[in-house]
Amino acid sequence: MTDLMEFVVSRFNYWIYVVLMMIGLYAMISKRNYVKKLIGMTIFQTSIILFYVSIGVKSNATIPIVDHHDVVHSEILVDHYANPLPHVLMLTAIVVGVATLGVGLAVIEKIYRQHGTIEEPELLADVDQT
Amino acid sequence: MIWQFDLYILVLLVVTAIVSLRVRDLLSAAMVSGVYSLLMCLLWAEMGAVDVAFTEAAVGAGLSTVFMIATILRTTRRTTD
Repeated sequence: MTDLMEFVVSRFNYWIYVVLMMIGLYAMISKRNYVKKLIGMTIFQTSIILFYVSIGVKSNATIPIVDHHDVVHSEILVDHYANPLPHVLMLTAIVVGVATLGVGLAVIEKIYRQHGTIEEPELLADVDQT
Repeated sequence: MIWQFDLYILVLLVVTAIVSLRVRDLLSAAMVSGVYSLLMCLLWAEMGAVDVAFTEAAVGAGLSTVFMIATILRTTRRTTD
């Protein structure tokens, strides 16, 4: 039992990423309003990006910027800097996420102009009528 | 990475995520999701990913909140869920 508790507590950040991801997935599936669905999508994306960024963390490491002074006077140890590879990959993912959000909001606006609603059940009823 | 700070921000993140989905006014939901993005940016800065943090602050908290508010003002603010 104490082993299990230690396993859960020592990885608390991973558990919270899973919780955030499931909140986003729940919102995308079961919310009826399209803006709420897009907020859920944003939460889902940022939780995955957070997971990848947290992989690059090292204990007692600083930000991955090499000081000019250090290069000249001492050797550079890779253990002293956080891993920058996941950061660079996730930088692209953030920009792609905002582009997706913009397209989604544009589609919502078009739907509102054509059908006068942004709620899914009302929209489906309106589509059935016409 | 300071774990007390980490845990505090992660709990606040879960709270703001739930609030932004529960609140019935869409403008408030957009503002709370902006708060969520800003907390996420703080967490990334704390993890040593400064480039990701300032991109998220500019693009996630700034631009996407503005997009969302623009859409809400041009469509409707009320919702049933």
